[in-house]
Amino acid sequence: MATLAQAIRLALHVGETRLGVTDVFGEDVGPPLGGVFTCTQGLATAWNTPLDERGIVGTAFGLALAGERPVAEIQFCDYIYNTIDLLKLAGNCCWSSMGQFPVPMVLMSPVGSGIHGSIYHSHSFDAIATHIPGWKVVLPSTPLDTYGLMIAAIKDPNPVMFLYPKALIRHQGTEKIPGEPDDPKVLSRMIDAPVGSSREHWRPSWPDLPDFEIPIGSAKCCRPGEHLTVLTYGRTVPLCEQAAQKLFEQEGISAEVIDLRTLFPYDGEMILASTRKTGRLLVVNEDTEVTNFGEHLIRVLTEHCFYHLQAPPRLLAGANTPGVGLSWNLERVSVPQLDAIHAAMREVAMTEA
Amino acid sequence: MSDVHGSAQVQARRSAQMDVRQVYRLMAKARALEERMIRMTRSNDGYFWIGGPGEEAFNVPLGLLIKRGQGPAFDYLHHHYRSSAILVAMGLPLIDAIRQMAQRATDPNSGGRNFVNHFAKREWNVVPGASTIETQYSIAPGTALAQARHGGNGITIVNGGDAGSSEGDFATCLNWSSRPGRELPMLILIMNNNWGISTPFESVHGDRIIARRAEAFGIRWGTVNGNDPVASWRKLVEVMAYVRKERKPYCLEAYVSRLHGHSSSSGAGRVQEPDCLEMFGRDLVEREILTAAEIESIQAEYEREAMDALLQARQEPEPDGDTIYDHTFAGGTPGWPPLHKPFV
Repeated sequence: MATLAQAIRLALHVGETRLGVTDVFGEDVGPPLGGVFTCTQGLATAWNTPLDERGIVGTAFGLALAGERPVAEIQFCDYIYNTIDLLKLAGNCCWSSMGQFPVPMVLMSPVGSGIHGSIYHSHSFDAIATHIPGWKVVLPSTPLDTYGLMIAAIKDPNPVMFLYPKALIRHQGTEKIPGEPDDPKVLSRMIDAPVGSSREHWRPSWPDLPDFEIPIGSAKCCRPGEHLTVLTYGRTVPLCEQAAQKLFEQEGISAEVIDLRTLFPYDGEMILASTRKTGRLLVVNEDTEVTNFGEHLIRVLTEHCFYHLQAPPRLLAGANTPGVGLSWNLERVSVPQLDAIHAAMREVAMTEA
Repeated sequence: MSDVHGSAQVQARRSAQMDVRQVYRLMAKARALEERMIRMTRSNDGYFWIGGPGEEAFNVPLGLLIKRGQGPAFDYLHHHYRSSAILVAMGLPLIDAIRQMAQRATDPNSGGRNFVNHFAKREWNVVPGASTIETQYSIAPGTALAQARHGGNGITIVNGGDAGSSEGDFATCLNWSSRPGRELPMLILIMNNNWGISTPFESVHGDRIIARRAEAFGIRWGTVNGNDPVASWRKLVEVMAYVRKERKPYCLEAYVSRLHGHSSSSGAGRVQEPDCLEMFGRDLVEREILTAAEIESIQAEYEREAMDALLQARQEPEPDGDTIYDHTFAGGTPGWPPLHKPFV
């Protein structure tokens, strides 16, 4: 099965060959590197920019104003903060011009902890991304979702922020991308650049990829359950699934785990139905906990499910520290890990009604 | 009216000959518009004014020389909020600025959402103006890149003030427009009025000629007296031809006046700086191209047109509060999260 990085590459290949993408660009995005996580390796339209995030976002914005469909990358979301006024402008452009100037750009950036990334390679961006009206924001956790959502993002006539969890970037999925070879080694030989040798003459051999997409705005129920609802996205999705499995095996508690996949506009229907069904809610993410996107989800779900709730909704998020420290002893306690997630699920499930 | 301007604009660009009467008329027209809009802040017809009286001698020639149209074959304009004379020369009906000043639903730029002189006009490639200083310099390379690839002779024009050149976006623009072998067809303008709100340029800058910074990037640059429409016309004809043909950037600094201060926040009273309209009018009378009576009559004609536009705009509806979410997204508003009803 493809990795998340390969899934991005495959989707961008579809974008540049069938969906009108003319530019995939950012710092070290073009050859020879093809992105610091190899997400843009072998793409025909990938190019290297100056080390200038404002130029990257601004140029993507301008290309979109001229009717093109650019995909730009901020190498780590930790470095996106100096572009926030441009992100706001891209978000308000269609609105402020009464629909004259939609901005069909995709801005992708890896987020979150999990690679011993220290203070400036571990940031989350969900709270700020969802605080910029006019943007759609996706954050998939599996290669198949990554592939399908990237294609939907490219097709969307609005600015879409495509965040992806760097901790999961090398993980192989359990679901096959339509068209990918059965053997992951075959896929690797086809689209991974040779390591350590000259890539000057290397060209990828792309598999035939049939039309496929995952609509923006649809969540995924990863694990059905009865006793509590767990809303999560990004790095913590597989952790929540594992914790739910453990909780069920050890205590018979059945948690419904939902991968939100799209943070805005999110799948209100699914999360509302689930919360009403279970009456118990835990939101898990790794952004800092003060003014966290999970707080918004809890507020909306409390307003709409108040009389269904049997326990106070709970948010398990990152510690409100200025950064994630490098030492594992520091990172481990700064962002939710398996044990903490398991404990939080148990607590929400066991709270007396 | 816009058709007349449109054909005049095409004619000006094709001939590269300056029709001094036409330029004077358009300068007077743009001035009358701004003066009426300043008065609107005092007659309860508008909240806030910011604009460009003092930039007409440069902006009218620029507006006439712009290749107006939609898409990469035509010029893109990334403007700052002192650009009304460019738009007037391109053919903007005065009422379309007045409607924005008066926050009417009929404002074709922003439907009553944005400040005055923040234009947006898709069919002319006038991309939405913003109050954020200098951000347009980071965005402009994108339209220029689309044009470089498209071919033809369309160019991207970006303007802003001297104060804004301190922002990193100005360096971004110089850098991205001059990548070796990938130069972009951009006219990078600096409208130097020597002020950033209340801060004189020389009190915060060690450099004296802003455009000279372009030299470090291998970009050709120049300066011009932006209070002189003839000099501005000649310089613009020359440098726009260069950018159109060579598909490379040019950085031009124009020295202009700021005749009513920064905005209505500082009263928008008239200040003592050289007035390009008065100077050009005097010059045309001395050269017997226009008479003093004709000058008076031109000014009266446009003052009347601006006033009539206001009287018309007053009759038009304000935007409905129920529309606040309209156009947030192309393709419709998502169903979730549920939207707040507008407060009443």
